[in-house]
Amino acid sequence: MCGIAGLIHRGSSANIGGQMTSMLQALKHRGPDSTGFALYGDEATSDLVMRFKVAEQEDLATGFDIHATVIERRATVDERLKEMGAKVGSQEQATEYAYRYSFAFDGDLKRLIDFIEDIEGVEILSIGHALELIKDLGDATVVSNQYSLGGFDGTHAIGHTRMATESDVDIRSAHPYWAYPFNDVSVVHNGQLTNYWTNRRDLERRGHRFMSDCDSELIAVYIAHRIDEGDDLEAAMRRSVDELDGVFTYLVATGDSLGMAKDVMAAKPMVLYESDDLIAMASEEVAIRSIFPHEIDTFDPYEGEVRVWQS
Amino acid sequence: MAELNQEHESHKLGMHTEQLSGRTQQVFFSPSAEENFTYPDGIEVDFGKSAEFDAGPMEISDINLKIRELMKSGHGTITIKNPGAKHSLGVGILNRLNLNFEGSLGYFGCGLVDGPNIRISGRVGWSCAENMMAGTVVIEKNAGSTFGAAMRGGDLVCKGDVGSRTGIDQKGGTIIIGGRAGAFTGFMMQRGRIIILGDAGKNLGDSMYDGTIFVGGKIEDLGVDAVEGEITDGEASWLEAKLALYGMKAPNGVKNLTKIVAGKQLWNYDNLEPAEKKLVL
Repeated sequence: MCGIAGLIHRGSSANIGGQMTSMLQALKHRGPDSTGFALYGDEATSDLVMRFKVAEQEDLATGFDIHATVIERRATVDERLKEMGAKVGSQEQATEYAYRYSFAFDGDLKRLIDFIEDIEGVEILSIGHALELIKDLGDATVVSNQYSLGGFDGTHAIGHTRMATESDVDIRSAHPYWAYPFNDVSVVHNGQLTNYWTNRRDLERRGHRFMSDCDSELIAVYIAHRIDEGDDLEAAMRRSVDELDGVFTYLVATGDSLGMAKDVMAAKPMVLYESDDLIAMASEEVAIRSIFPHEIDTFDPYEGEVRVWQS
Repeated sequence: MAELNQEHESHKLGMHTEQLSGRTQQVFFSPSAEENFTYPDGIEVDFGKSAEFDAGPMEISDINLKIRELMKSGHGTITIKNPGAKHSLGVGILNRLNLNFEGSLGYFGCGLVDGPNIRISGRVGWSCAENMMAGTVVIEKNAGSTFGAAMRGGDLVCKGDVGSRTGIDQKGGTIIIGGRAGAFTGFMMQRGRIIILGDAGKNLGDSMYDGTIFVGGKIEDLGVDAVEGEITDGEASWLEAKLALYGMKAPNGVKNLTKIVAGKQLWNYDNLEPAEKKLVL
């Protein structure tokens, strides 16, 4: 089933970490397996922020040498960043297997990403000047507390609660997905794509990489590809409504915008609230209401509808 | 508007002569009327005896149980504050009751009801009034998809916009929409009426067996086997009266509504109205 949510503040920032935690917790019944956040901070700098993991959560519970291995993997990440010329400014460890680095880098970013992900067990969850992508097993409150997201300030965010249907219960298959190798682009999705393999094979032939077998990742890669081909975000999303088969509602965020698209059958839910300074959306209205103390008016977008908002 | 000129044999086959008979079709259900839809174990309530409570801190099942407790103690008018878009509120009420929600409902609100008059001041989520048998449900703002799915009788009114697949599998009663309706409205509709005062999305009336759809605005396109019909004087009078019950009007007069009906005979069932069926089942 899955639940998705998004919010964007126009011209201001707010505690989007706390707000998104409330919204996703209200959607827990739509998917208790994992929860993910794509948060866009309000102090984008020239440094890049990289969120990455060096193991799956379940690896830590089962492997004999895994505790030593994750230390080795992180050390290899450090070595390769240095080798590629990245100047690391800060390093934070959220869990034994998940990290947040910021660094200055002016070289070939795709080559840097590929070099780091070449390390066994290492996956970059996101890279960007504003984007920080966090996902793990458990409900929104568990993940938010684990990664200290309750006080995260920023302009916009998307999030996801997952009920695993077509791939494993692990961080790799959790949403959101970062649109490798593009800075600051992330996707959450509720639905099923029926022409997944056709599109995946096409995109792989064009050089794009997939980290999971989850159909939702395809949307992120597809959008990244279309942007690379010259489409702007809205054009890429409109094209996706024609070219992706299946039932879906998805959200895409970039460094300064947030978009929503719905399939031509309108088979997956989405409720919107729109005001001059804040737009909020979710699979169910109860999520939107979790951040409003007062009565609000909401509405459903229609079939095939695409909308994009700027922060 | 799309060209509404699909070839059809429906009029030759003698379809679209549905009579405005049966209690849930012809008579606006009123708590004060002699019309009696009560079940053998129905509860006697006094519409002058009212109660209200705050649903904000309550669980869904507790809210529904509270409604039943109040009905059992004779309350005929109940107001629920802060429903908070919770799901499945006001469901399974098989009794006369005036029920007011001050706020919005989530999914499956007011489903499986038979008899109550319900008013919602906010919005409703997907599948509002699914399988409704009799009574009225009036929503002051917007509604989500599958509004009135498999509805069998009564009046279901949304004064704002509604989502896709409104009236899917509708088997009776009347759905009234003040604004726009999404795609596949009236999909596999079998009987009853849908009145859309605004625009209708694509595939309107797709695979409808019978029943009638009236549209005041633009129709994006018609679904398979849906065709345009002519509004009769009887229908015009009925539409005028029905809309007036809810303080609504067709944008350019009821005579200028576009009538959509089934173009082929796909059905093979009796002509009993839902209320009549209840008596013989």
